[in-house]
Amino acid sequence: MPDIDKSAIEYLAKLARIKLKDEEMEKLIADLKNIIDYVSQLNQLNTENVEPAKHVLPYCNVCRKDVKKNSLPVEEVLKNAPERAENMFKVPGII
Amino acid sequence: MDEFQTVIGLEVHVELLTNSKMFCHCSTQFGSRPNTQVCPVCLGLPGTLPVVNEKAIELGIKTAIALNCKINDEFIFVRKSYFYPDLPKNFQISQYRNPVAENGYLTVGEKNIGITRIHLEEDTGKLIHDEQTGIWSCVDFNRSGIPLMEIVTEPEISSPQEAENFLQKLKRLISYLGVSDCIMEEGSLRCDANISVKRKSDLKLGTKVELKNMNSFKSVRRGLAYEEQRIIEMLKENRTVAQETRLWNEALQITEGMRTKEEAHDYRYFPEPDLLPFKIKSDLIERIKAEIGELPNEREKRFQKEYLLSSYDSAILTAEKEISDYFEKALSYHNEPKQIANWIQTELLGLLKEHHTKPGECKITPEFLAKIVKMVSQDKISGTAGKTLLKEIFLTGQDPEVLVNEKNLIQITDTKEIEKIIHEVIEQNQQAVLDYKSGKTQALGFLVGQVIKQSKNKANPGKVKEILQKKMNE
Ligand SMILES: [Zn+2]
Repeated sequence: MPDIDKSAIEYLAKLARIKLKDEEMEKLIADLKNIIDYVSQLNQLNTENVEPAKHVLPYCNVCRKDVKKNSLPVEEVLKNAPERAENMFKVPGII
Repeated sequence: MDEFQTVIGLEVHVELLTNSKMFCHCSTQFGSRPNTQVCPVCLGLPGTLPVVNEKAIELGIKTAIALNCKINDEFIFVRKSYFYPDLPKNFQISQYRNPVAENGYLTVGEKNIGITRIHLEEDTGKLIHDEQTGIWSCVDFNRSGIPLMEIVTEPEISSPQEAENFLQKLKRLISYLGVSDCIMEEGSLRCDANISVKRKSDLKLGTKVELKNMNSFKSVRRGLAYEEQRIIEMLKENRTVAQETRLWNEALQITEGMRTKEEAHDYRYFPEPDLLPFKIKSDLIERIKAEIGELPNEREKRFQKEYLLSSYDSAILTAEKEISDYFEKALSYHNEPKQIANWIQTELLGLLKEHHTKPGECKITPEFLAKIVKMVSQDKISGTAGKTLLKEIFLTGQDPEVLVNEKNLIQITDTKEIEKIIHEVIEQNQQAVLDYKSGKTQALGFLVGQVIKQSKNKANPGKVKEILQKKMNE
C-alpha cells in the first residue's frame, strides 16, 4: 500500500493536470487515506483460489456488425468547442 | 563493425480495413473533411458507450493465425490513461495483459523473427500544428476510434536491412489477408523501432534507444543505420549511451534527441468496465483459418516449384496479391509461366507504376496480356509490336486480336512474300551485296534492316536473316 502523503497527492495532481493549493492538499490527503482504508477491508478476504473478475456481468463476446452509419453534422460536433478553426477544434499549441 | 552486435525490435501499428470504427458506427474513410466522421462515442462525450466492432476482432485473429501466434482464449480491453488533446476521453481503449494473441513468428528469408504480441486498440485524433507561431494546434477527430492493431516483435532483428525486409514481408502478409491496406503515406501503417548495440565481447545488453518518426520503410532502415553508427562511435570513444527516444529527421537524414524531457509514463491500466470480456472458441478460429487460404510465403515457394520461376521472379510476382492473381489468371489463357512472368515484370509493372494504377483496375486484362504474349511467341507479331499493343490497350482496353488486324501488325512469315522483298532489296543495294561477299559481314545487318523497313516492320527479322543469308551465299 503506497503511503498517502503530500508527494503522492502531488504526483496524482500532476497526472490529472490540476493545480492544488496547500489547504486542498491537506484535505485530499485525509480523504484519500479514508477511502483507501475503507477499500482495504477487502484485503481481509482470502482470495487465494479466486480467479480475478474480468467483469461484474456474466456476459461475453458482445459485438456489433461492421456497418457504418451517419455521423453527427459538423455544427453539432463543434457546438461545445471553446475555440474552432473552420472545421477543427482549436487547442493551445502543444509542439 | 564485426566486433559489434546490433539488436532491433519493431512496434508496428496498422489501421484495420473495416467500414466503421472500432467502437461506433462512424465511417473510417480516409481523406474526408475534418470532423465529418465523428459522433458522441468517438468524441468521448460523457455518457456514451462503446460497442466492439466484430470485424476488428476477426481481423486481429486472422493476423494472429497468419503470424503463427497463440490466440488467447480469453481477453479483455483496458483503459490506458493519459492526457493529450488528440485523445478526447483522456484514455485510450487498448489491451494490456492477455492481448488477442502472443508468441508468434514471421519468416523472413531463412529466419523466424519472433512476434511478442498482437493487440487491438483505437486510434487517436489527428493534430495539425501551427508551425509558425506554435500558439495553437487544431484537432481532427475523424481518425479517433479507427481500429488499430499493434504488432510487437521480439528484439531479434540483427540489422537495419533486416528490419526493412521484415516490414516488407509483414506488409505483404497483412495486405494479402485484407486486414489493412498498409499505406504508410496515409498512416495506415506506422512503425517505431528500438535499437541497442553492444560489443560482442560484452556480456551486458546494450542501452536501448527508441526511434520514432520514420515515414517509409526506407527511412526505417536509414534511421536505424544512422543510429547504429552513432552508438558504435560512442562505444568506441567509451562514452555512455543515453536511454532515450530519438526522432528521425527525414530532411536532414539524421536522428535527434527529443527536446522535451521524457518522464516515465504511468498509464494506470485498468479493465474497461464498459466492455465485456471475449472468449474465443476454437470453431471461430477454425472458421477464420478456412478463410485465409494461401499465404504469400507459401505462394512464393509454390511459384518456384510449380512454374520453375527463379526466387527473384517469384518474389516480385508475389509482392502483391493482385499481381499474383493476375499472373495465374494469365497462365490460364497461355500456360507459359516464364514468358508471362517476363512480360509482367518488364512491361506491365512499369506501365502500372507510371500511371499509378492497380493491377485490378488495369484495362489490360490477364486474358489480353496472355493473347499478346502468345502472338509474340508464335511469331505472329514482333516483340516490338507486342509492346506497342500493350501500351495502347492500357489506355483503350481493346482486344489485342482485333487491334492487331486494325493496325495491320501481323508479321509476314510467309517465305514467298519475304523472298519477294529480299529480291527487291538486293536489286537496289548491289554495293552492300558486294561488300558482304568481299567479307564485310556487317553489311548483312544493313540489308536485313532494309528488308524490314520495306516490309513496314512486318517481316519477321529471324526469318529475313535466314533467307537473306541463304540467298547471298548461293
Ligand atoms: Zn463515432
